[in-house]
Amino acid sequence: MSASAPTMKERQAALKGLGTSRKRVEDARFTQGKGNYVDDIKLPGMLYGDFVRSQHAHAYVKSIDTSAALALPGVIAVLTAKDLEPLNLHWMPTLAGDKQMVLADGKVLFQGQEVAFVVAESRYIAADAIDLVQVEYEELQVLVDPFKAELPGAPVLREDIADATEGAHGPRRHPNHIFTWEMGEKEATESILDSAPVVAEEMVYYHRTHPCPLETCGSVASMDKVNGKLTLYGTFQAPHVVRTVASLLSGIAEHNIRVVSPDIGGGFGNKVGVYPGYVCSIVASIVTGLPVKWVEDRMENLMSTAFARDYWMQGKIAATEDGKILGLWCHTTADHGAFDACADPTKFPAGFMNICTGSYDIGTAYLAVDGIYTNKAPGGVAYRCSFRVTEAAYFIERMIEVLAIKLNMDAAELRLKNFIRKEQFPYHSALGWEYDSGDYHTAWNKALEAVKYTELRAEQAEKVKAFKAGETRQLMGIGLCHFTEIVGAGPVKNCDILGMGMFDSCEIRIHPTGSAIARLGTISQGQGHATTFAQILASEIGIPADDITIEEGDTDTAPYGLGTYGSRSTPVAGAATAMAGRKIRAKAQMIAAYLLEVHDNDVEWEVDRFVVKGAPERFKTMQEIAYASYNQAIPGVEPGLEAVSYYDPPNMTYPFGAYICVMDIDVDTGTTSIRQFYALDDCGTRINPMIIEGQVHGGLTEALAIALGQEIAYDELGNVKTGTLMDFFIPTAWETPNYTTDYTETPSPHHPIGAKGVGESPNVGGVPCFSNAINDAFRPFGLTHTHMPHDHWRIWQTANKLGLHD
Amino acid sequence: MTTTTITLNVNGKSVETTIEPRELLIHVLRDRLDITGPHIGCETSHCGACTVDIDGRSVKACTLFAVQAQGSDITTIEGLGDPDKLHVLQEQFKEHHGLQCGFCTPGMITRAHRLLQENPNPTEEDVRFGIAGNLCRCTGYQNIVKAVLAAASEINGAADKEATRESAA
Amino acid sequence: MIPGTFEYHQPDTVQAALALLNELGDDARVLAGGHSLIPMMKLRLAMPEHLIDLRLINDLKFIRIESEMVHVGAMTTQHELIDHAELAQRVPIIRETSLQIGDPQIRYQGTIGGNVANGDPGNDMPGLMQCLDATFTLLGADGEREVPAREFYEAAYFTARDDMEILTSIRFPVSSGGYAYEKQKRKIGDYATAAAAVLLRKADDGSSCAFASIAMTNLADTPIYCEDASQLLQDQGVTDSSIEAAVDSCIASIEPVDDNRGPVEFKKHAAAQITRRAIKTAWSRT
Repeated sequence: MSASAPTMKERQAALKGLGTSRKRVEDARFTQGKGNYVDDIKLPGMLYGDFVRSQHAHAYVKSIDTSAALALPGVIAVLTAKDLEPLNLHWMPTLAGDKQMVLADGKVLFQGQEVAFVVAESRYIAADAIDLVQVEYEELQVLVDPFKAELPGAPVLREDIADATEGAHGPRRHPNHIFTWEMGEKEATESILDSAPVVAEEMVYYHRTHPCPLETCGSVASMDKVNGKLTLYGTFQAPHVVRTVASLLSGIAEHNIRVVSPDIGGGFGNKVGVYPGYVCSIVASIVTGLPVKWVEDRMENLMSTAFARDYWMQGKIAATEDGKILGLWCHTTADHGAFDACADPTKFPAGFMNICTGSYDIGTAYLAVDGIYTNKAPGGVAYRCSFRVTEAAYFIERMIEVLAIKLNMDAAELRLKNFIRKEQFPYHSALGWEYDSGDYHTAWNKALEAVKYTELRAEQAEKVKAFKAGETRQLMGIGLCHFTEIVGAGPVKNCDILGMGMFDSCEIRIHPTGSAIARLGTISQGQGHATTFAQILASEIGIPADDITIEEGDTDTAPYGLGTYGSRSTPVAGAATAMAGRKIRAKAQMIAAYLLEVHDNDVEWEVDRFVVKGAPERFKTMQEIAYASYNQAIPGVEPGLEAVSYYDPPNMTYPFGAYICVMDIDVDTGTTSIRQFYALDDCGTRINPMIIEGQVHGGLTEALAIALGQEIAYDELGNVKTGTLMDFFIPTAWETPNYTTDYTETPSPHHPIGAKGVGESPNVGGVPCFSNAINDAFRPFGLTHTHMPHDHWRIWQTANKLGLHD
Repeated sequence: MTTTTITLNVNGKSVETTIEPRELLIHVLRDRLDITGPHIGCETSHCGACTVDIDGRSVKACTLFAVQAQGSDITTIEGLGDPDKLHVLQEQFKEHHGLQCGFCTPGMITRAHRLLQENPNPTEEDVRFGIAGNLCRCTGYQNIVKAVLAAASEINGAADKEATRESAA
Repeated sequence: MIPGTFEYHQPDTVQAALALLNELGDDARVLAGGHSLIPMMKLRLAMPEHLIDLRLINDLKFIRIESEMVHVGAMTTQHELIDHAELAQRVPIIRETSLQIGDPQIRYQGTIGGNVANGDPGNDMPGLMQCLDATFTLLGADGEREVPAREFYEAAYFTARDDMEILTSIRFPVSSGGYAYEKQKRKIGDYATAAAAVLLRKADDGSSCAFASIAMTNLADTPIYCEDASQLLQDQGVTDSSIEAAVDSCIASIEPVDDNRGPVEFKKHAAAQITRRAIKTAWSRT
């Protein structure tokens, strides 16, 4: 070998494959302002749509007079439910088996509901026309409290299904009741609760909030009447599903619909659902024959598209006196708003809430979830979350703390005592999951050591002493959290959305000169797929990541996939990418063997080439093989080098992490200051550490927002009180701390490269960690639990109730 | 409908456009002048995605009528660096993973640019305070702060070298 | 969020602006930085038919310090106030307060005139101006008149300014001694949950208090100048017990309302703490 030939290590490094902190290929266009987001799309003759929305939370719509609006120059059309009814588009199916009004059909059920759709030549004219649409309402009694939904005298919200005793998820016991979902063993759990030496009980509320990506939702529909083709651009986290739904709804054959997700300015679950704006832009384009753009403003976004959480979780946890957990019981009252539009796999009306036994070996458990209608916006999306995993993690991580208080035990020790042990994996949980792999004790101990936990507790005790002596008005809270996620939905046998199995896909084409393009069924919203999927492939097929283009989001070119949410891209599409790569490599092996004139089995893979066993100087690189695949007639081998893989995961993946937060709290002003946040994540095999760290920073900051103030709040009349970014809390750089990240690496045994997914971990684990810190600060003064969001006044109120202002 | 013709000097190019007085600068830039780098995030001047530089000031273009900018020099993200020579902030945002979805990035970089013009040697605290008018939902700011600090030290490093060369000459 | 239509006027002298205002009457609004008015217009809570933009009136942009008096033109931005070295030295509380207004972009655009004139209880400058005992100059058809900041605010968005007047300038004395503007808010860009402006001066004996002035922001529908508390500190000096008495007096004079920033009891308690801190900080700086 010549001296200048690169070593194996150098060749490996040149690939920028798995484990490399490769810089992002997306950044060139984003940093130069050349991203292409929905509102950047401008088509010839394009019209603008905008909604007339209800100011009432519950009212009959007596009449809609559009004449003045239509008379305004520049107004092309005003659509109401009456116009959509002949097309059967005045209602649409939701992802949860319910249906939702596209435009108010006789009544409105939440403030901000879509009543009429104005189409005009400009945004400005559309806005003027909205003011001219006269809607006459008859106000009805408003229901905002889910616990009052089934009381005598409660207003019936969904009169369309008032008499239906059977819903999409089983029997309904009241017109405002949607479903009851039960998992685990009720009687066995209750009998443990009856006989256990220690039982702790708490109502844990995870308040209503909203994903609020910086870019709101929007679409541009363009009906080409000449060719009968509909093109729909939009903020879609699942473009293929949107195509199928659009076809089913509109009657346009699926091959005549092209759905394109351009660059997406953050999703966080907000862009999974199908919204009336999308439907109306399509109808308006069909009606006018011109492209129609709809982009919601921030108030509309917060008021109408996809809230998250709103779970009231009543918990009971039983243990021995020395802290071995015996059983867990949970009843959840789920406020779903006016339509059940939860974005969950069909068979999981409460998502994966049944991961609520968390990281602990709990032999017996029971979970029931009641879905309830209220006069609030529909949604229930997984906000940086895999289908209610955030709620589950918050619940169990609060219950552990509550139990620790009851046992008068250190909460870190209680966790250590109950973790599922390494040798128990694969572990079958009491609520029906098979945890793939984990090593919780190692992660936990590493975290405790990293923050010097014992010293922190000693410092905290000193601080309490000083507080009691009147020397300080500050308390110190130590927030602990060990979470286990369930992501990567999911196996087709039990996971589908609107009947579509939740597999995902990757199609690869190797070009003659040895570069490649890969297309996937997912769609990046900031996760950096174009960077990381190329890294997976680089390691699989030995072509440098820099020579691989990744393309997503165009249903005309990408293979069918279920999209990006629930941390499913790496576990599912990432697996499909590796598997498709392996098909490429298998074919490449035959080509290499042919070129090297040996038997297929006599060559072996080495970084970026096939080498003749025992003769390292005889090899063919992937570049050579790619070229040969296009220009040589190889007996028994088709020309070209392409592969496609549709990957149906055999199981979910179970990322986990250990987070610790140290916070100082001023009891008089309720203000908080985060002194330290340590986040250890185990997401299995690490594809790009730089991107993982970025995901963790971002998810923790979203968690910080949720825990410390971010909420969608309603008054008793159903008015949204937090409709702008003045009141809907998003921290700035000033309120956000620096985070310390760390990791352990426990690969998934069933994933082709062992990766588990990470995007949502920091939100899932971050929220309980921040909240536990607040609760922990007040533990020495007798607090068991206080609800989020922990904004200044609620913290003050907690201190006040504990007599700390006396 | 009354319209008026205004002249704006956008990214070094003088442009004339006829608009209604009520048109917001962000809409004029994006819809009329096809300058789509600055984005619309909140519309209530809280998020900073629409930040542009007007006569040396960082301004939220969603809360300014375009007529108020008549005759002004406007710099948007499109005016900072070009594909052949990226602005040092653009480079450092990539280098330090200071962006994810990219939606806040144009406003963030445009703001950071002005910050460094006014304070070439910022501390971490200065940067955090200086970019607090720009929200990011993806990054948690940590890497943005790193990128801005790195850009500052690169600019200063280059300036130092320049000074050394001059004093040597 | 699209504003309604209006006609736009861009006079280049105060007289021209005033003439327009009087000619157009109630249909016209004066536009300064726009950070209060434009959001209201985007929500169509304000729909003026005419906007009279003051941006070209150079006579309204100045900061002058003459014979122990500061004169500031109404169109001076928060950023310009922050950036003015002499002002920062002679009346440092201006800089301290301005830095806590909005965010950098808003401070480049927002003006002191707009901040004091529109009567939004959330604005920080009105309380500060009361603390500084500033005087506002109003120009109307009948000429100029002056109104003390402490008499200017009547209710939320209602002030002593007649609709046909323009607030042209503000003056206040330079302030030697200790100062503090303490503001509790949920995040950068937010209005105050509670805020207090405090000026204190030590007497020549080096311990008693020669001068005290306290005002509070966003704790009533107008800023609150705490005259009794100020007098109390001046009379009794600044001691732990007089601070508590002054704080009690301040809290007795506010009337916060229940909103997203919290219930009344919380705001009173937080305001007390903020005021206490502001007094202590100001005294430590004397």
